[in-house]
Amino acid sequence: MPTLASTNAVEIDGLGKRFGATVALENVSLAIPPGELFGFIGPDGAGKTTLFRILVTLILPDQGRATVLGRDVTTDVWDLRRRVGYMPGRFSLYPDLSVEENLRFFASVFGASVEEHYDLIAPIYEQLAPFKDRPAGALSGGMKQKLALCCALVHRPEILFLDEPTTGVDAVSRREFWELLDRLKASGLTIVVSTPYMDEANRCGRVALIQRGRILAIDTPTRIAESFGRPLFAVRAGKRYPLLLAVREYANAGTVFPFGDALHYTDRRDGLMPDAIASGLRDYLRGRGFADVEVKLTAPTIEDSFMARMGEPERAA
Amino acid sequence: MTATPQQAAIEAHELTRRFGSFIAVDRISFDVAAGEVFGFLGANGAGKTTAIRILTGLLSPTSGTARVAGHDVYSESEWIKRRIGYMSQKFSLYEDLTVRENIRLYGGIYDLSKDEVRDRTARMLSRLGLEQSADTQVRSLPLGWRQKLAFSVALLHEPSIVFLDEPTSGVDPITRRQFWELIYEAAAGGTTVFVTTHYMDEAEYCDRISIMVAGRIEALGSPAELRRRFGVESIDELFVQLARPAAAQTS
Repeated sequence: MPTLASTNAVEIDGLGKRFGATVALENVSLAIPPGELFGFIGPDGAGKTTLFRILVTLILPDQGRATVLGRDVTTDVWDLRRRVGYMPGRFSLYPDLSVEENLRFFASVFGASVEEHYDLIAPIYEQLAPFKDRPAGALSGGMKQKLALCCALVHRPEILFLDEPTTGVDAVSRREFWELLDRLKASGLTIVVSTPYMDEANRCGRVALIQRGRILAIDTPTRIAESFGRPLFAVRAGKRYPLLLAVREYANAGTVFPFGDALHYTDRRDGLMPDAIASGLRDYLRGRGFADVEVKLTAPTIEDSFMARMGEPERAA
Repeated sequence: MTATPQQAAIEAHELTRRFGSFIAVDRISFDVAAGEVFGFLGANGAGKTTAIRILTGLLSPTSGTARVAGHDVYSESEWIKRRIGYMSQKFSLYEDLTVRENIRLYGGIYDLSKDEVRDRTARMLSRLGLEQSADTQVRSLPLGWRQKLAFSVALLHEPSIVFLDEPTSGVDPITRRQFWELIYEAAAGGTTVFVTTHYMDEAEYCDRISIMVAGRIEALGSPAELRRRFGVESIDELFVQLARPAAAQTS
């Protein structure tokens, strides 16, 4: 079958992959239109890296089919490799080559030169330029990550796959990295990125929540957060640990999780007015001797939604 | 908080470490009370790792003083190593040993008797719900379980302080919270917890935090206190405010 001219940048249909007894991916299907900044959000071991490696033609799926830029990832391997940019999760540059040498090396692998596509990498590379003679292995985490991004872009790919580019990187470098991705997206590049940090989902146009090889949800970050579907309360009162234990012992407690400076609480009863839930919990906590009890409705985040959804398959199993 | 000052778990005063002309840790001073959960935050390259290496007895400071669990970091580093627990995301357990073998190995390293190892192993396995997996190789446990086990193993010799270096990196959001409950439980039992993290929401879970920028501690206090003092909504916001100007200059 000739490769169909697909309008989507990525199309995945029923993809599955096992490693021995471990199911890494199970029946994954989704489509990513060109120009989208799409995020896979999930913890280590969710299957993100396996999926990325299939999409960039490094490993073969056991089941299903995937196309990238309209080309089959199992048959159009050589054509695709020239067209995709890939930044693996593990630092994969040459630590004993300098910043500049790494960049020139990756350009030459693709038969390109650094100068040819310099406009694309310039905003990033200019931050690295003062250290261009430093061995890549001696860079800080944030700088390594920027160099790796330059190396993935140096042949001007049509689509960029970034596997956990911000893992283990501090909050400031993470923020700067996402600003760089915004700029690249503005140039029309399709970007597929994975992250274990739930708060980064809001940086993406759409996200897929992924857990144990399965997609839990695909939608915009806002709609995923809104899909939480139950009244959610932020509870504050004095010391957190005694409060956590006390709320857990409340007969009507559904889920209770530490969340930022508060606890996030859902009630197990359906159909009750939020005010009734809040005042019931407030009275209970006062009865348990807590002072300054605060219980108020709060907007669910992606992380609340993720936790609510990931709980389900576990109970079913 | 009822911190009794005579019982400080960590006391650091003007602690400094140079590498040649580079000052990795620049006159930092702070105390951590016994039973406190202390969050040690900072950007990559701010000097956190160097400071932790000093406090765990692995590296001598250039100047300043510090006592950990009552022991001097210059002259009593061997005592410090016996009195503290340590775990990190990068290294914690031996993956090709079973759960039980890992516990026995650490019991041996910390000179526990056979009976102590047996009793504590049984208690730990039951508390973690890992009885069925006692003879499983650690590599085949899910990451979240490995991290919970590693934390318990770091507490096996009942240290007065445990150092946790990014213990929850990459862990799913529910397991991350379960891990923090283990931290609270340990702290409620009197163990001091010294923890680093890149999850800014976890900073809010600490009794007090410090934020290191370019070798210096630029903020120190409870999360609520710091939010008030700096007029910010969250520790994430404060972190970016303090660390961002420095990020432009460091490599």
